[in-house]
Amino acid sequence: MNSHGVVIIGELGQDSNVSQLTSELIGLGKSLFQAPDSEVCVVFLGKGSELSAQQVILYGADKVFLTEVPTSSDCNPEVLLGILEELCARESPEIILFGHTNLGADLAPRLAFSLGSGIVTDCIGISPGVPDGLFFAKPIYGGNASAFFSIDTSPKIATLRPRVGSIPVPDLLHKGEVIRLKSGELSSRMQNVAKVEEDAGGVKLEEAKVIVSGGRGMGSSKGFEMLSHFASILGGAVGSSRPPCELGWIPQNSQIGITGKLVSPDIYVAVGISGSIQHLSGMSKSGKIVAINKDPEAYIFKVSNYGVVGDWNDVIPAFIEKFEELEKSSKS
Amino acid sequence: MTRNLNIVVCMKQVPDPEAPPSAFLVDSQSLSVSASGVPPVISAYDENALELAIRLKEKGGGKITILSVGKNMSRAVIFKAVASGADDILLVDDPALERNVASGSATAKIIAAAIHKRGHFDLIMTGRQASDTNAGIVGIGIAHYLGIPCITLARHVQFEEGDITVERVLPSGYEVLKTAMPALLTISYQVGALRYPTLISVRASKDKPMTVMNLTDLGLDSKKACPLTMHRLEVPDQKRSVMMIGGKDSRDAGAKLAIQLRQDKIL
Repeated sequence: MNSHGVVIIGELGQDSNVSQLTSELIGLGKSLFQAPDSEVCVVFLGKGSELSAQQVILYGADKVFLTEVPTSSDCNPEVLLGILEELCARESPEIILFGHTNLGADLAPRLAFSLGSGIVTDCIGISPGVPDGLFFAKPIYGGNASAFFSIDTSPKIATLRPRVGSIPVPDLLHKGEVIRLKSGELSSRMQNVAKVEEDAGGVKLEEAKVIVSGGRGMGSSKGFEMLSHFASILGGAVGSSRPPCELGWIPQNSQIGITGKLVSPDIYVAVGISGSIQHLSGMSKSGKIVAINKDPEAYIFKVSNYGVVGDWNDVIPAFIEKFEELEKSSKS
Repeated sequence: MTRNLNIVVCMKQVPDPEAPPSAFLVDSQSLSVSASGVPPVISAYDENALELAIRLKEKGGGKITILSVGKNMSRAVIFKAVASGADDILLVDDPALERNVASGSATAKIIAAAIHKRGHFDLIMTGRQASDTNAGIVGIGIAHYLGIPCITLARHVQFEEGDITVERVLPSGYEVLKTAMPALLTISYQVGALRYPTLISVRASKDKPMTVMNLTDLGLDSKKACPLTMHRLEVPDQKRSVMMIGGKDSRDAGAKLAIQLRQDKIL
């Protein structure tokens, strides 16, 4: 592969350390470009520091670009695009990888159209193809099929979902270069006016280890009160499939599925959910799936680890009672 | 403020994602997915876009054009969307436009050409992504080809002179961006579902003006080179072997489930 290597758009997690996904992308980049002359570059758009640079070098980055962006436009997509265009002209990478995050999903297509590059978004992996190419794997039709694409341009651009690989083992001997880039005047047709944090309180769906979700089978908003109680006992968050949101039983931001959030908790309890593609594509990567449904034929049972056929009005209170009893006896 | 806005809402027809997975047949030979017996619907995010457009029109007046691109599109599905509150329809319907999951950039070019040909527009809205491919690149591409600014994941829009102020959804809140029109917005689900049309508007929708174009009308080549090639199509193994927990009644099964999950150290 005649390449100039890979450029990875680095992001920080909530603790200001390099995000897990960025670390995974470095591992992926290294595994795809093993020739001694190919480089793994990480670029931080405004947010990175010397510390983040040293972290990604430990993971195997050969070059780190720290770019300066005025705080007033550190979220301005056109300013960030300008920086990436400059960087690509300078490095001529063979492949440019973004996390499929808020930033990546917005910026990667902009860069692709600007450079005239092919792009595959929302990938779950990149693997060597035949001959001498790369296959970009992407779920389509709500995860009912996985398509493997080659990108027939250079550079190639992709955004990747979390869990594309493991975090590389830190290598204390690995050396990398840190380059500070100061961009010239970058123009943009849009201005950032404000940024507002909205804390919903409670456990966030995206971060919850346990999610209890309800579907049309909950029957009313009352049903969700019961689920909410159930979730609090398990230390989890409440989600839902699409119909309850549309019927106004539960707020829109609880929706899990194609038109809502993508989650992968350790335990996902689906109550009164039949298992449409719409919903499955948002939760099928969960650790263990438990389904409670009146209909023994419901599709959800085919993708679950545990199933109970029955009315949740009976199943859940009995579950809670027994669960609390077991908790108590294990403590005494 | 009344300004007669021209809003174009781009809507894609997709197989209904509320259908059970068993209805989707993956053909690894022909590299295609057929959704047998699954009715076409408008991709849900595009419905969110139309809902937001209708709210803007209610506030400030104007006209909403629904634009859709494809092959043999269902007119019934389009009329239903129009009945919710749109004014006219622009279809690019061409036999060369096979359903192709890799054609996002080509689709963006076709839509941009159709909007350009039609002329005046202030706002273009698309869903944040389509529910069949989840690619999320068409909106950004249309803005690129038309040379206008694009703000993604919008959930609220306000007008200010010739500018728009847009709330863009973030994982933990939102940010506010301002830009001049014409502009393109991709719309997120926080807007909420598209309203139901009334019976009267459903009847009236069939009389709304409809323009149908093909690729030749737009001066586009149907054999446009695509930068992506699909090599394989597989059915991912989502199935799990399920342990069904029974009991003498639902209550008994619930208690047994708690015992089982405890025993298996799941909870």
